[in-house]
Formats: sequence, C-alpha cells, structure tokens
Amino acid sequence: MPQELLFALYIFVLAGFLGHHVISKVPHLLHTPLMAGTNAISGISLVGSLVAAGGNFNQVSTVLGAVAVTCATINTVGGFLITDRMLRMFRKKVR
Amino acid sequence: MDASLLNLSYLVASVCFILALQGLSSPKHARRGIIVGAIGMTVAVAATLGHPQIVTYSWIVPGLVIGSILGAIISRIPMTKMPERIAFSHAFGGLAAALVGVSEFYTHGGHLSVVTRTALGLEVFLGFLTFTGSLMAFGKLQGLITGAPITYKGQNVTNIGMFFGSLVMLIVFVIDPTKVELFYAMCVTGFLLGILAVLPIGGADMPVVISLLNSYAGLASAATGFALANNVLIIAGALDGTSGFLLSLMMSRAMNRSFANVLFGAFGTGDSTGETTTALPVGASVNQATIEDAVGVLQAAQSVIVIPGYGMAVSQAQHAVRDLATVLESKGATVKYAIHPVAGRMPGHMNVLLAEANVPYDQLFDLDDINDEFSRTDAVLVVGANDVVNPAAKKNPKSPIYGMPVFNVEQARSVLVLKRSMNPGFSGIDNELFFQPNTMMVLGDAKKTLLSMVQGVKQAD
Repeated sequence: MPQELLFALYIFVLAGFLGHHVISKVPHLLHTPLMAGTNAISGISLVGSLVAAGGNFNQVSTVLGAVAVTCATINTVGGFLITDRMLRMFRKKVR
Repeated sequence: MDASLLNLSYLVASVCFILALQGLSSPKHARRGIIVGAIGMTVAVAATLGHPQIVTYSWIVPGLVIGSILGAIISRIPMTKMPERIAFSHAFGGLAAALVGVSEFYTHGGHLSVVTRTALGLEVFLGFLTFTGSLMAFGKLQGLITGAPITYKGQNVTNIGMFFGSLVMLIVFVIDPTKVELFYAMCVTGFLLGILAVLPIGGADMPVVISLLNSYAGLASAATGFALANNVLIIAGALDGTSGFLLSLMMSRAMNRSFANVLFGAFGTGDSTGETTTALPVGASVNQATIEDAVGVLQAAQSVIVIPGYGMAVSQAQHAVRDLATVLESKGATVKYAIHPVAGRMPGHMNVLLAEANVPYDQLFDLDDINDEFSRTDAVLVVGANDVVNPAAKKNPKSPIYGMPVFNVEQARSVLVLKRSMNPGFSGIDNELFFQPNTMMVLGDAKKTLLSMVQGVKQAD
C-alpha cells in the first residue's frame, strides 16, 4: 500500500473517531445548528475548487471550478451566518 | 505561498473546526465555537488564494462574490423553512465536490495513481448522489413533489442494482484507467440514484434522510481530500460524515426502525392502516371540544406540558404557543415542552422553532427526561404531533410504529389535541389517544386556535 494513502487513512480514521467523540456530546437541543454548522465546515471543499478555478489547466476545469467555488462559498458563508443566527436565539430563562 | 506554510494554515483550520463542534456541546459556548470555526475557514481560504498553482483570479473572484451574496441571502430565510434550507445546502456541497472531481479527472486523466482514481470515483458518485438526492428531499419538503412515498414494482431491486453496478464500474475503472467512459458513467449513475433512492421515502422519515445526506456530503468532501492529498479536507469530511451518520442513527433509533427499513421500507403507504383500525375500541367516539372547553381545562391546570410536532411548523404556530404559555405562567401554572427526537422534519427542528419564539431552552425537555412527569400533569397540549403521542407504539404489536419510544401522554389528567382535521396523519395510522375519554380534540388551524385560546384565558379573569 502506498505510504501516502496510509497517511491519509490514518488521518481519516482518527478524525472520524474524534468526530464521534465530540458529536455524541451535542445535545438534541442543538442538532439543527450542528447540521448547519457541519454543512458550513464541509464548505472547506472550497480550497479544492479554488485551485481548479484558478489553475488555468483547461477551460473545462476552470468553468467547473468556478461553479464549485460559487456553490462551496454559498454553503460556507450561508452556513456560518445561519448557524450563528440560530444560536443567538437560544436563551435561558431570565429570572 | 510556501507549501509548508499552506499546510500549517490547514492545520490551524482543522483545529478550529474541531473546536467549533466541541462548542456545540452546550448552548452557552456554541456561538463562540462557531465564530472560531469561521475564523479557521477564513485562514484556510486566504492561504489557498496564495497557492502556487493558482495563476488567475478572474474566475475565482466572481465565484467568491456571487457565492457570498447568495449565501447571505439564503441565511435570512424564516426558521420554519430550515429543513428545506439544509437540504438545499447539502445539494450545493455535493455538487461542489462532484465538480472538483470531474475537473481533476478531466485535467490529469491518464496520469492518476490507483489511490487517486479510487478517491475520484467515490467522490463523483457520492457527490452527484448527494446533489440530486438533496434536491429531491428539498422538493418533497417544499411540496414541489408529493411528500408521500412514490413506489413502483422492482424499485428496490433497481436501486440496489444501480448501487452495486457503480461499485463494479469503480473497480474496473481503477484496474484499467483507459476505460474513461466508466468514470463518467459513475457520475451519471450517482446522479440518477440520488433521484430514485429518495422517491420512496416519506415526509416523516425526512430527519433520517437529511442526516444521511449530510453524511454523504461529508464523505464526498473526504474523498476529495484523498484525491487531492489535502488533510484539512479529509478531516472536515470525516467530521461531517460521522456527524451525519450519528444523527441518522439516533433518528432511526428514535423511531425504532432500522436504516434498511427507512431506506427501502416506503413507510406510510397505508397498507397497514386496516390492521390498526380494528384495534380501536368498538364504538369509540371522538370528544370534539370547543375553544371555550379547552380554555376551561387550561384555566384549571397547575401544570401543563406542550408537545409540538410538524403541524406546529406548518401553521407557524410557535409564537402563538409561546403566547399561550406566557399567559398560563402569569396565572401561576408551570409550562414545560416535551420534544421528541423525530418531531418535525429534521433533527432539532422543534427546538429551533421554539427558540425563535423566545422560549427559554431550559423549558425544553427530551423524551427520557420528561416521560415520568405526565402522570403528575394536569393538562397536555399536543400541537400538530401525532405518531409521537400514539399509545399503539407501546401496546399494539401489529402497529407499524410498535416499539417506537413515545410520550406517556395518556397518563395525564386531560389531553388537548390541536389538529387540522380528523384525517389520520402522515403515516396513515389511527391514533387511539384521540378516542380516549380524557382527550379533547380541538380541530382547526393550530395558530388560530392557540390565539383564540390566549384571548380566552386572558378574559377568564
């Protein structure tokens, strides 16, 4: 097995375990913000689309990359904004 | 930018993402966490703009600007539309991953290693599947497509066949890279399978499906990470993937159904309705109540538990619920809210709506935390919920929802059920609760009913 793949698998598996650990601690109360938040985070695919759109490899790659940049930006920007908007609404009782 | 500096920025971003998710373990620190996550994202994107392979910004800048504007606009939608908005954004996530995969393959085609080819194949398949699957889920939620399951003969065989077919294509393509057409065939299969696989899934199963699509979007991102040898993509994808997977597991557990049953069961077709109808007591009659009757019950109650369901979201009644609770509290009653994990169309749907209506979150209780309290409660107010208050889930082994954890509503002194009409709910299952002597049915639009009840309780002084 190539060394590179082994490395990547290490990271994937350990991140998965970490994810399981962290996410099991999220209460039912915050499951919608969790979903919106992970959605914003997975917009990190933006870093891949940026290289495709700006690399000047060929026209197909540039156009597909640009569309991908737009989609990923919508998710990232929109995702963080809406998660924050939701979390601002969660209040404790004022006594 | 220097490659090691770029990688360092990705490490910073990864840590920020983990901190963001960690923050969500309590509503107190959640906002701070999300801001940290956004900072991490900004660092990663800013560093990538200096990537040595990027030579032109003429396509990047418009993409970033248009995406930011659209993202900001979409984030202003009303909270009742949250499931639709989440489904829509999963579609974008899937599409972005798929397009990066296609562009990468188109550019480097024949020179890719076995690992990269495998990753790209998975990426485009999952990416397109998430794209169309999420658009279908969006259409069902928005009412563009019927929310009822759409079934036909041989459906499951076709879907499972397509899934294994694409696996075979992937294997052949990885062994023989000259078979370029197989790569594009995988794109098409993913695209079609996304549509076909969501067709038979009914509205009430949406919490599981949305979570599962969340997971697929994450896995598509992780596959992108494998293809581009980019660690932050692998980490973020793995986090997103496990999050979605855990949520869908929790949701199917909360319905006492297996994954397979949700995905292939086409629940709610009505086949089993006949069976449960016979289980109803012979000659049972419904106790229809007027608003005045309901007000009388609430007036006398010292303790009230509200159970919201999808009907509350449909009639946008969350503010009216809160108004009623405020009036009752001002008269000395305690009001609590009981939230079932699968109430609504996505995990946490009811919590967000009630938070929007300014209901303090320490009044919202999970199933296990409140289920013992019903026997000590004077009045239960069911607002647009049905299956989660159906005693058949506990008593009737023939019922399709048998075994699903439900609220012990029938133990309360009196139960008020707000419902649009006497039609059985989405799942087509009759609810014995509606026929009990201590249950009062108040039919009509939940919001209007609640507002009249607020007036009634206020005037009753």
